[in-house]
Parts: sequence; C-alpha cells; structure tokens
Amino acid sequence: MSSSTAVTSRLTSGQAPKWLVPAIGLGAVVLGAALSALIGFSIGTWAIFAGLLFVIVAPLVVSMIEGRRKGADSFVRFLVYGAFIVALIPLVSVIWVVLSKGIPGLSMNLLSTSMRGVTGVHDNAAAEGAGPIYGGIYHAIIGTLEITLLATLISVPIGLLTSIYLVEYAKNGPLGKAITFFVDVMTGIPSIVAGLFAASFFALTTGDPSERTGLVAAVALSVLMIPTVVRNAEEMLRIVPNELREASYALGVRKWRTIVKVVIPTAISGIASGVTLAIARVIGETAPILVTAGFVTSINWNAFSGWMATLPTYIYYQIMTPTSPTAASISETRAWAAALVLIIIVMLLNLIARAIAKFFAPKTGR
Amino acid sequence: MSISSDAPTGPSSPKSSRKELPDVGNPAADKIFSGISLAAGILILVVLAAVAIFLVAQALPVFTADSEDLSQGSFLKYIYPLVIGTLIASAIALLLATPVGIGVALYISHYAPKKISQAVGYVIDLLAAIPSVIFGAWGASVLAPKIVPFYDWLATYFGFIPIFEGPASQTGKTILTAGIVLGIMILPIITAMCREIFVQTPLLQQEAALGLGATRWEMIRMTVFPFARTGIVSSVMLALGRALGETMAVTLVLASGPLTASLIKSGNQTFASEIALNFPEAYGIRMSELIAAGLVLFVITLVVNVIARMITSRYKEFSGAN
Repeated sequence: MSSSTAVTSRLTSGQAPKWLVPAIGLGAVVLGAALSALIGFSIGTWAIFAGLLFVIVAPLVVSMIEGRRKGADSFVRFLVYGAFIVALIPLVSVIWVVLSKGIPGLSMNLLSTSMRGVTGVHDNAAAEGAGPIYGGIYHAIIGTLEITLLATLISVPIGLLTSIYLVEYAKNGPLGKAITFFVDVMTGIPSIVAGLFAASFFALTTGDPSERTGLVAAVALSVLMIPTVVRNAEEMLRIVPNELREASYALGVRKWRTIVKVVIPTAISGIASGVTLAIARVIGETAPILVTAGFVTSINWNAFSGWMATLPTYIYYQIMTPTSPTAASISETRAWAAALVLIIIVMLLNLIARAIAKFFAPKTGR
Repeated sequence: MSISSDAPTGPSSPKSSRKELPDVGNPAADKIFSGISLAAGILILVVLAAVAIFLVAQALPVFTADSEDLSQGSFLKYIYPLVIGTLIASAIALLLATPVGIGVALYISHYAPKKISQAVGYVIDLLAAIPSVIFGAWGASVLAPKIVPFYDWLATYFGFIPIFEGPASQTGKTILTAGIVLGIMILPIITAMCREIFVQTPLLQQEAALGLGATRWEMIRMTVFPFARTGIVSSVMLALGRALGETMAVTLVLASGPLTASLIKSGNQTFASEIALNFPEAYGIRMSELIAAGLVLFVITLVVNVIARMITSRYKEFSGAN
C-alpha cells in the first residue's frame, strides 16, 4: 500500500480518515430514525437502532480499511462506551423522576405533620382540587432518625472494637482469620433475613411472637451495619504507620493507651467517614423495618415500645396501600416527596463522609 | 532494653522519680482492653450463629405441623416455586449486569481520560447509594409502563419460545422487569470490584503488550483479563448474593403469582418479596413458614458468599497483589 502517490504520508497510509467514524455515526442516527419510523417512531427505538447500527457498521468499515485487528479493537471500544451510556440511563432517569415527582409534593406541611387522622376523604377532596393535600412524613423522619441512631450506637462500639482486635491483637491467629472470614460472609446476609433474625430473637426472648418496636429494627440494622463498620475500620487501622506505635511503646506507654491515644486518633477521619457511609447504607433499608418495626401513621417518640414508621416503609406503604384507593395519585405524590427527602439525606451523608475523609485526614507531609 | 511490640513493658526506667514521664496507663487496663476487644470479635461470631439458631428455632414448627395448616400442603411444595422464581430473577439480573458492569469498569480503568474516570467513579458510587425502595418505586411507576410495548413485540414475534409466551402483561409488572431493576441495582457492585482489580494489573505487562504492537483490546485480553479473571468471578458471585436477597425492587415491581414459564406475564415470586409481603400480617404457623423460607434464603446466599470469598482469598494468596 506504500505504492500510493507522494501526497499521502506513509505514516497515515492504510488508516481510516478521521472523519469516517463520526460520519458513520451520523448515518446511523439518520438511518436509525428511518427504521424506527417504520415500526412507529419513539425515542427509545431510535436510540436502540442508531446505537446497534453504529456498533456493527463502524467496526466493519474500520476492519475493511485497517485490518481485522484494528476492527476488533474499535468494536470493543464502542461496546465499552456503549456500556457506559447504558449504565448512565437508569441513574439519570431515577434522579430525574425523583426530582420531578418529588418537588411538587414537598412542603412545610409535609415535613411537619404526620399521617394521623388523614383519611381517603381528604385525599379524594385534594384530588378534586377541593382542598390541600394533608398528611406528611414527620413521624417517619423521627422513626428513621431514632432507629438509625440506635443502630449506630449498637454497631459502632462492637465494630470498632472488633477491628481493633483484628489489627492489634489477632496477629493472623486462627480466631482472627475466622472473624475476618465470617465478617465477610455477614456482609452478604440478605437484609430481610437480618430482619427475620431480629424478629425471632425478640419473639423468643420477650415471649410475644409479634413484638415490634424501634429497638428490634435497630438490632436488625446493626446486623447489616456491623460488618461494614468492621471492614472499613480495619482497613483504616492497618494503614496507621507502625512507627507511630513503636514510638509510643518506646516511651513505655502501654498498649491500650497507645491504641486509644495514638492509633485511633490517627485513623479517626477514615473511621468516621466509614461509619457515615454505613449509616447512609442502612438508613434506606426497607425490608428489615417492615418485619421488625411495623408501621404507624402517628408520631411515636419511644423506640422501646410501640410500632414505628420510617421513611422507606412510608414510601412503600403509600405506594402499595394508598390512603384513598380511588385517588392513589395523592399518596404517590407524598411517596415521591418522601423519596426525595430520603435521597437528600443519603446524599448528604455521603458528602459528609467524603468531607470528613478529606478535611480531617492526618497531615502526612512534614 | 528490649521492647517487643506485642507486650511493651511498663515504666521501668531507673530515673522513675522524674515527674515528666508520659502517662503510660494502668497495667491492669491492658488486660481489660484486650479482653473487651476480643469479646467484641467473638460477639460477631455469636451473632452470626444466633442468626442461624433463632431462625431454625422459629422455623421448626413448620416441619412438625399438620399438612392442612400449611399454605400449600407441604413445605417443599411451598418453597419450590420460590427457589425457581428467585433464581430466574437473579439470573436475568446477572445476564444484564455482568457485561455492562465489566464494560463500565473497563471504561473507568482503561478508556476514559483520568478526570472523567474519577467523576464516573463518583457517579457509580451514587448509584450504589440510592435506597432500594426508590429503585423499586421507579421500576413500578416508570420502567414497567414504558416496557409494555417491548413485551408485546416479544410476545408477537418470539411467542413460540416458552419464556416469551403471550399475551404479555399490560402493566409490565413481570419477573423480567424485576430482573432488569435488580440488574441495575447490582451493576455498581460488579463495576466497583472489577475496576479495583483492573487498575491493579501490572503496568509493565500492559506496556510490554502495547510495545509489541498489540491494540488496546488485545492488550486488555492478554494482560488485564487473565490477571482479573478470579476477581471478576468473585464480584459476580457477590452481586448474585445481593440479587438473591434483594427485596424491595421485586416486591414493588413484580405482580406476583404462581410459577409460570413466561417471563413477560405477571406471576412468579421470590423469597425476599414473599416474606416482605406476607410477614406483617402473619401469625402462628404461617409466620414459621415464612421464617423457614427466610432460613432457606439465608443458606443459599451463605453458600454463594462463601464460594465467592473462597475464590477471592485463594486468589490473594497466589497473585501477590497485596
């Protein structure tokens, strides 16, 4: 192929021109629109046809000009880009739906009232435009915060102490290995099974087969939270430089005090951000709450007695059993507003975790 | 003075009369502290054992109960459709999420410019942080209605295959939709784990492959995939564990019913969804039956997770990645 005229450079000979692939893309978009119009036009089919055409035709053309290997390479490249776009679609769609359906329902009334006394009559009136939308998520926010706080109080000490045992004391012993292995296994416990465990634990210890309180839910969430805390704290403790420990030992400081005063303060930012992420994970759990805390429509401040509602179960019940079966859209409005609040809480927790990890990290540079 | 890092001795300096010695702590507290942290570690093992023991204790009445008290006459008859339904939903999720997840991981580790890949990493973490009930609500109210024409099309042209047998559900609330939502939910798990392993591929090997004239895809096939094979398998197993036990996505999206072969009709049911739907109103023998179902789910996910962890730990020993 070097026999071409002197005008073409030898370096670029045998390569597809740069405009070719974008041109094929344009062609695929146009042809995709035409094909999609044949079976009834919609954006979805248009995108699918255009994408398929491009991913098949472009590599074929490239492989005809540049050879089979280059063709395979570009085929995989387009597939990888395609996978990325396909993965983005649901995320964008979920966030868009939560925002567009949640914002109309969001109001001070929603945040400051419970569902107590709100009946189908009110919802029917609201659907006909004869009255405002009553009812809110105040009781669910209280339940969410109390149950999550209790779960955190249970799991952080246990998780942190376990990770200290694993890093500082176990030294690759058989018990340490067993704990590491079972913590890993525990990460995979289905959330509903954790809920069933807490329910049957309290059923057998209190004698009431349907004992449901905020505490039971907190125990269920702890089962899910402890392994996350352990894994994270363990990693953070392991990256504390050994020199720090040795310097402390050299001053004659005892081991427990070295851990409390040197090791943990060094790792505290990582541990705190890990705990925040663990909270963000369990705060959105629905299934274990369903089987452990029941569901109420009024405010219950006491996590140790009586049923409680949380934001996820509130969303679930508003969708599954609308307050007014004939005006389900009102319940759905409330559910999406609650979903928006829940997502905002989870995202805030994630941001806080990142901020803690970034701003309170120990200074490593001298 | 020899101080081992395991058991530092107390302040045995000859000049112990000096006041400015650091506060070294109470010697007795050492034992207490190590005891407490050991107890915390053991408590975790106890909790895991307790999960199994309490579930078994509460599930036992099912096996001694009269057959007319059980909802399906026998426990096996009750559990069998649930096993199949759970496996179908998880299989659909894995089939969809594995290629896309590996693709996105490759995009982050080997294709995207550095700045973009960091941003994409955040976005994937974001996807992982969205609570499952929101995915469930999205699947039920957005995805299900939109996917009905596709199911109709499948039923018209591929109806001769039993799994696409029509008439398709007109609400879109089928096991296939549930599987798609599950797939979206486990995608971040596969992506995050694969990305971590892909970026660990030895750079020298990759550069050697490129230097020998390999295209990027050949380089990935020759260096990245062999290095990451076990990691990919274990990430898929972990995602499977998550999909098996995921509740809300299925409960909200699936219009459950008896076992059917067709994926685009309403019907079928999974363990987690069955428990979540019925447990709040259950009492007596029905409650035990649901807990027994939970026990079976627990055992299945336990086996899947143990296999995944065994693959990962064996891989750690041989790869020298750590």
